[in-house]
Amino acid sequence: MTFTIPIENGDAVKIAEAESQRTLYPYVTGTSIVAIKYKDGVLMASDMGGSYGSTLRYKNIERMKAIGKHSLLGASGEISDFQEILRYLDELTLNDNMWDDGNSLGPKEIHNYLTRVMYNRRNKFNPLWNTLVLGGVKNGKSYLGMVSMIGVSFEDDHVATGFGNHLARPILRDEWHADLSFEDGVKLLEKCMRVLLYRDRSAINKLQIAKITEEGVTVSQPYSLKTFWEFSSFHNPTASAEGSW
Amino acid sequence: MDLNLDAPHSMGTTIIGVTYNGGVVLGADSRTSTGMYVANRASDKITQLTDNVYVCRSGSAADSQVVSDYVRYFLHQHTIQQGQPATVKVSANLIRMLAYNNKNMLQTGLIVGGWDKYEGGKIYGIPLGGTVVEQPFAIGGSGSSYLYGFFDQAWKEDMTKEEAEQLVVKAVSLAIARDGASGGVVRTVIINSEGVTRNFYPGDKLQLWHEELEPQNSLLDILNAAGPEPMAM
Repeated sequence: MTFTIPIENGDAVKIAEAESQRTLYPYVTGTSIVAIKYKDGVLMASDMGGSYGSTLRYKNIERMKAIGKHSLLGASGEISDFQEILRYLDELTLNDNMWDDGNSLGPKEIHNYLTRVMYNRRNKFNPLWNTLVLGGVKNGKSYLGMVSMIGVSFEDDHVATGFGNHLARPILRDEWHADLSFEDGVKLLEKCMRVLLYRDRSAINKLQIAKITEEGVTVSQPYSLKTFWEFSSFHNPTASAEGSW
Repeated sequence: MDLNLDAPHSMGTTIIGVTYNGGVVLGADSRTSTGMYVANRASDKITQLTDNVYVCRSGSAADSQVVSDYVRYFLHQHTIQQGQPATVKVSANLIRMLAYNNKNMLQTGLIVGGWDKYEGGKIYGIPLGGTVVEQPFAIGGSGSSYLYGFFDQAWKEDMTKEEAEQLVVKAVSLAIARDGASGGVVRTVIINSEGVTRNFYPGDKLQLWHEELEPQNSLLDILNAAGPEPMAM
């Protein structure tokens, strides 16, 4: 049994030390993030849900946060681990600012840092249970990348996590093209988010869309999407086959 | 039937924290169970951390007690260093620190509520895993499963102190009616700029719900009161 008193930011109190220190399973989780590059930068969408197993327990969680001036981080997976990552990034950006040399960390650097953190935790069999999406713009160049909980890291023109991989990416592969306008970008993301709302059990109808451009980061207010249910075959699907579904 | 008296003490529990215009109301049931046996039917699950911040405890009785003991200790030192009362946010973050860093070993869900001069009344939910969520109201414990729908319908912003307390008492009482792991009395703690008020609502003073009957002293009273044919079909 070890007990360490908290010293500044470093060691927090460990009530007991077990030999197997590993995160086994997530508790409060966020679902998909979808993000695309567009004409002026990057657009990212996420819903505001925090699921607790099958219960849609929290409906006001912001899963996208601005990092410094140039980047936006979106996370799916365990929310407590995402909150811890934000603390790490706070420390990183604070120390970077203290150099006071006019430099600031860009999305490429943040993505690299996160990749190192995630991969190292994976090696210790104690992963941060998240899939992270990092988007940003610096010096006119757009950047969009992703890191998974096992440290798989890459950049692309469009990314999605969780269910988004299966439902959103095919849409993006088909309909994304370079130099999308803001309006077309938002409509494309909303198309993806609507499909996720129909087909992902852990999705809720309350989402935000974030935009990063050279000017900075803005996260929209929360809003809901209209859904369509008026297919004729939805009205009486079992008319010719009672008991079927 | 296996009583399993060696099972760890767990507070099945219903815990609630609600903000109103001026402060917060915390509420909880009073049942602590050891397996199927009710080890304590009058526990106090709303625990003081500082003069102005309290925490509702659920899950493992031992884990929640030790976490709140550590945080009370840290907050005491923090208050001395600051020279003024600790804020609700700091209290919640200290709980988070312990809950997150010991997530593999702890099994406790907590609701931190209090009043400070900077932010007024605030409620923070800290479920398993150590996520911190600031909310206008929070529910937790096994009994809370039965209250999601109730709160979706009954909650509104800017309630008065009386409305808020009545909502909390009603909610805990409804949860007790359906959750075997919750029971006993309803305790509430109201925290605002003026201070802290503790209230106690014994089980037999609560409103009756569906298929619940008015408690009697004995069948004999019913027989005697009813008249000549009470046993007839």
